[in-house]
Amino acid sequence: MKPLLAISFSSLANSFHQWLTAMFANDMAVMVTEMVVVGISLIVFLVLLSFFLGYMERKVAAFMQIRLGPNRVGPKGSLQIVADTVKLLFKEGLTPDNADKFLFNLAPFIMVITSMLVVAPIAFARDFQIWDISIGVLYVSSVSSITVIGILMAGWSSNNKYSLLGAMRSGAQIVSYELSIGLSLISIVVLSGSLSLGDIVNSQVNGWWIFKGHIPVVIAFIVFIIASTAEINRAPFDMAEAEQELTAGFHTEYAGMKFAMFLLSEYINLFVVSAIAATIFLGGWMPLHIGNWQAFNQAMDYIPSSLWFFGKTFTIIFIIMWFRWTFPRLRVDQLLNLEWKYLLPISMVNVILVTVMAIMGWHF
Amino acid sequence: MRLLGDDILTEEGEFIINMGPQHPSTHGVLHLKIWLEGETIKRVQPHLGYIHRSIEKMSESLSYRNFIFATSRMDYLSAHMNNEACALAVEQGLEVEVPQRAKVIRTLMAELTRLSSHQLWWGCTGLDLGAVTPFFYAFREREAIMSIMEETCGARLTQNYMVPGGVMADLHPDFQKHTKEVLTQIKDKLHEYDEVLSGNVIFEQRTKGVGFLSKEDAISYGCTGPMARASGVSCDIRKLKPYSAYDQVQFEEILDTGGDCYARYMVRMAEMKQSVSIIEQLIDNIPEGDFQAKTKNVIKLPKGEFYQRVETARGELGVYLVSDGAASPYRIKYRSPNFSNLSALPHMAKGAKIGDLVAIMATIDLVIPDIDR
Repeated sequence: MKPLLAISFSSLANSFHQWLTAMFANDMAVMVTEMVVVGISLIVFLVLLSFFLGYMERKVAAFMQIRLGPNRVGPKGSLQIVADTVKLLFKEGLTPDNADKFLFNLAPFIMVITSMLVVAPIAFARDFQIWDISIGVLYVSSVSSITVIGILMAGWSSNNKYSLLGAMRSGAQIVSYELSIGLSLISIVVLSGSLSLGDIVNSQVNGWWIFKGHIPVVIAFIVFIIASTAEINRAPFDMAEAEQELTAGFHTEYAGMKFAMFLLSEYINLFVVSAIAATIFLGGWMPLHIGNWQAFNQAMDYIPSSLWFFGKTFTIIFIIMWFRWTFPRLRVDQLLNLEWKYLLPISMVNVILVTVMAIMGWHF
Repeated sequence: MRLLGDDILTEEGEFIINMGPQHPSTHGVLHLKIWLEGETIKRVQPHLGYIHRSIEKMSESLSYRNFIFATSRMDYLSAHMNNEACALAVEQGLEVEVPQRAKVIRTLMAELTRLSSHQLWWGCTGLDLGAVTPFFYAFREREAIMSIMEETCGARLTQNYMVPGGVMADLHPDFQKHTKEVLTQIKDKLHEYDEVLSGNVIFEQRTKGVGFLSKEDAISYGCTGPMARASGVSCDIRKLKPYSAYDQVQFEEILDTGGDCYARYMVRMAEMKQSVSIIEQLIDNIPEGDFQAKTKNVIKLPKGEFYQRVETARGELGVYLVSDGAASPYRIKYRSPNFSNLSALPHMAKGAKIGDLVAIMATIDLVIPDIDR
């Protein structure tokens, strides 16, 4: 059978697979061990990443707001987020008296698990992918929409009107913006002819889609960025946790580590949507290639593919953070207007344009 | 304790949420009881009294020199104007002539206070609408004004600079230099305020047409200050009944007819520019002379009633002072701008969304201690 660990990221992964096969005669045992190893390393990676994103967010915010940001704990304040996590760990995990205790405690886990699941088909570097599922795009958009269940669960079980309002807002918001995200993803699927994220990256070997696809793809990219900012509940679309209106929205009642898990899932989601935008529109790990410029293309190939991937991803993350620290928040009905009256019609027309373009072969 | 209106039951599909007394956007201990149908507000009922410190009653046992300073704690963002109102009321009773220098100093300080108050309001408006960054921009300039206050008055927020007959001490020698620096800074940065917030599409959507208050309603609710002027009511005491040095300066009374949150926002933004212009006119023309008129150590007012109005950053503050000839006031009554302005909130918020309520609250510019006193 095809190894689940399709990370042929160097011989390391392959030799690990061979070593495991030699250790256990049983295929099943090999697969389970690999799953556990990959799972744990993924969780560790994502937690560290969200630490970094938390630090980055504070520093970006400070930069936007003419102040210094964290600068006391560790060099340049880099350990501040560790200190915060330790603090949250030691906090009492309160559960409100009349809350639905089972759902209340389950909700943070659902949030974190779904956001971590979406990472699976993302290619971090050349041949470095946990699971190149053939329906990658479909997988991403369907799994990421489970988040809404976590939010609704948290809002409902808290037995708090603020939480409930926040959850209801977020439900309406995520369900609506899913459509635009789906449509803008479809436009690239149409162009590349594959749902697999690996194939989509490979189809950008002679140029990223955002450059090859003329204006319709640029529109799709912008729609994707706006809609995914809304999907992950970040300002200016942070209806669900609108601090000034609903105190903290759906996680008003959460404290300590359970609250930290919501934060964790928020940052993982931020990374995931940026990584997907980078993969779909900006070529993922694919270096910047321009048509037939052999020398240029080879020079670009010298930059490691993981650097390309993370460079693009963090550029998009920075842009989304920039949104947050610049714009006021929309009102809930304006938010839905934006989706149903503007983004959705635009992306529908856009998909048709892209399809025509793909059929006629007008793209590069 | 039975709160007012508790007997009003919710209808089918309605529910009540309590916004405050601890809530991020009430800027203090205001408690709003909100009847909601989904996100739409059916009714709002403000509950007051959480920060009642009986300043009026306290003043009855304080001397005429001391009761002035209790008012710094009412509308703490226009502490200076509150003090000025009291000092003017006492001077009215004493029939003492305030030296020209003291008048100009009072006006300069009042306008600096107005600037700093409006800057804080601007930052908080951004914050309430979900944009955190304006808050820091506003504090950058406000900080510079606060340092000037600290230099001259010794305090940053509750300046306590007024005494009956003038001001407590002369200006700091660097006052003119530093004030000019601040003015240059503010004029240089005011356009940033517009770029960050005023011109933003989302901001316009959030504020235009939200929380409409007609001219008639503004008058009948007794609204004053920028809030009433945004509805087209001309009510600037500085123009209508000039006190201190306001008769010596040229400035415009900003009026708008929009009546919505955006109009209130724009009125305050324009008022900042007017304040800058007033300070500019006075800063080089501070007359020489005494900063304080000679008054007796123990002030006793003649029997009678005295009323003095001033324009604070939030509207008209009235001081009604009754004297029975003793060394402390017989009765003090403050007509505070925030109380009347708040009374229009239930009217404006009807039918709005929760997000709108926050925008309305932000543009009323409430300071809660001034409501309860």
